[in-house]
Amino acid sequence: MLDSYLPIIVLIVIALAFAVGTIVMSHLIGHRKPSAVKLAPYECGMPLVGSARERLSIKFYIIAMLFIVFDIEAVFLYPWAVVFKRLGMFGFAEMGVFIFILLVGYVYVWKKGALEWE
Amino acid sequence: MENLVQLAMQNVNFAAIMPSLVLCCFGMAILLINVFMPRGKTTSASLISIIALLVTAVVSLQGWNNPQFGFAGHVALDNFATFFNMTFLLAAGLTILMSDDYLRREGYPIGEYYPLILFSTAGAMWMASGTDLMTIFLGLEVLSISLYILAGMFRHQLQSNEAGLKYFLLGAFSTGFLLYGIALLYGVAGTTNVADIGLYLSAHPAMIGNPMTVAGMLLMSIGFLFKIAAAPFHMWTPDVYQGAPTPVTAFMSAGPKAAAFAALMRIFILGLAGLQSEWTSLLWGLAILTMIIGNVTAIYQTNLKRMLAYSSIAHAGYALVGLVAANAVGVSGILFYMLAYTFMNLGAFAVLVLAGKKGEENLTLEGFSGFGFKRPFLGVAMTIFLLSLMGIPPTAGFAGKFYIFAGAIKSGYIWLAIIGVLNSAVSLYYYLRVIVYMYFKDPQEDYSWVSMHTGAVVSIVIAIVGVLYLGIIPGKIMEMAKLAIF
Repeated sequence: MLDSYLPIIVLIVIALAFAVGTIVMSHLIGHRKPSAVKLAPYECGMPLVGSARERLSIKFYIIAMLFIVFDIEAVFLYPWAVVFKRLGMFGFAEMGVFIFILLVGYVYVWKKGALEWE
Repeated sequence: MENLVQLAMQNVNFAAIMPSLVLCCFGMAILLINVFMPRGKTTSASLISIIALLVTAVVSLQGWNNPQFGFAGHVALDNFATFFNMTFLLAAGLTILMSDDYLRREGYPIGEYYPLILFSTAGAMWMASGTDLMTIFLGLEVLSISLYILAGMFRHQLQSNEAGLKYFLLGAFSTGFLLYGIALLYGVAGTTNVADIGLYLSAHPAMIGNPMTVAGMLLMSIGFLFKIAAAPFHMWTPDVYQGAPTPVTAFMSAGPKAAAFAALMRIFILGLAGLQSEWTSLLWGLAILTMIIGNVTAIYQTNLKRMLAYSSIAHAGYALVGLVAANAVGVSGILFYMLAYTFMNLGAFAVLVLAGKKGEENLTLEGFSGFGFKRPFLGVAMTIFLLSLMGIPPTAGFAGKFYIFAGAIKSGYIWLAIIGVLNSAVSLYYYLRVIVYMYFKDPQEDYSWVSMHTGAVVSIVIAIVGVLYLGIIPGKIMEMAKLAIF
């Protein structure tokens, strides 16, 4: 039974050898000309304008959370739509209840002002 | 596909989940009422919550001696669930009664408080009536997530923030253990249904000694032992109980503990009966450890909320003794004890709610000097609750401990009962010390800030009546508890 693991072990060894080999080789025979631009975190991207460790407005998190909740709602609708005919009125009522519960949440966040940016 | 749909629809039985449905509907209604009310007007929300709990109690009692099953064996509203539902509703009711004026005094009249209590009560009900590991897990999540929010509700108090974050991180971690245990047991038995797991294990005795089964049981116990605050998974309890708003602490000490016991009992006794010798020896050790750690550490506490937190750990240890006994007296003793503990602990916390100043810096032993003479009613009430927590007759605490230790002796765990009684003797010291401060020290304050709010006084009176009734005439409730077990 353990024989069947042999190809996996071989693959792991090759992968390790390749990764370690590449690093070691480039270390040994590669040219090194460090410059400020090259050492920047995003060598090919936008120039940095400040530290990444800044405090972000909590509004982003609230919007993200709300997005997930209503996104999941939409995802649930797809499998339901596929079997809609077989579920009949029962399925329709169940999904109506589900959407109503989310509607309660929607009214709640709206009245609480969670959807206002300013 | 066609069959699956048919199967799902045939098994729908709303009667089985009616109590939690009612609670959730009321919870959503209150949530909506709150946003249309002016800020800080929460009295109506608390009144509607009380009505919701009463309606739910009536609905839930329909399940007594009239078991309802539904959702393909996922939910059962049987006597066991009904008994526990009553305990949860009582805990929630007493909590809500003492909350309204407290929240206003502390400057957080937040309307969402009441729906969250109702939702977590509904979660506790799912745990008690869940007959499938997935339903029980779902209930645990609903219960816990509401409580994480409630514990950290005092946003501008560091201690409350700490309580919320600590409870959330450790709770999420322990939930991971629980899920892993469920996954392993599913791997063994091929089902998550508690009764089916039991059937599988009795049909395949060889699997009982299988490391995967034992590991599944152990990992799952971690999740529940965390919730009941049993050692060595009790570290979060003192900080969370001290930092959370006092009524929330009161609810946390009674509701989730009872819910986790309900789930633990159903899973261990119905599902894992084949592993009884394993979990008995495990819980035997943990019960002793929990009792000793809770009681000995409580001696060093000067903050009363913290002291009651350690006392709550100790009481989890006493209740575990009943599960070790695993006979009719011990197991129904746990049901009785959880009800009794709800009365006495919520009563004690209701006194703390009234006795505290804004910020609750004064809830220390020193802060209670001469309290009993300046505030006679609260002093007497606190004394009754503390005597009950000690286990002095004729109070509920005595009857509860009596049944649990009697169960242990009946099953032959005489040393366990002796250690339990010795631990009760240790607990006399720190409970009596509060009474000594209340009656034998000269008052340094006139306690003029204590105003007798109706809600909290009502909850104290209910708790006193409950403690004395269960202490003097325990027979009737104990008979019901015996009917409630499997």
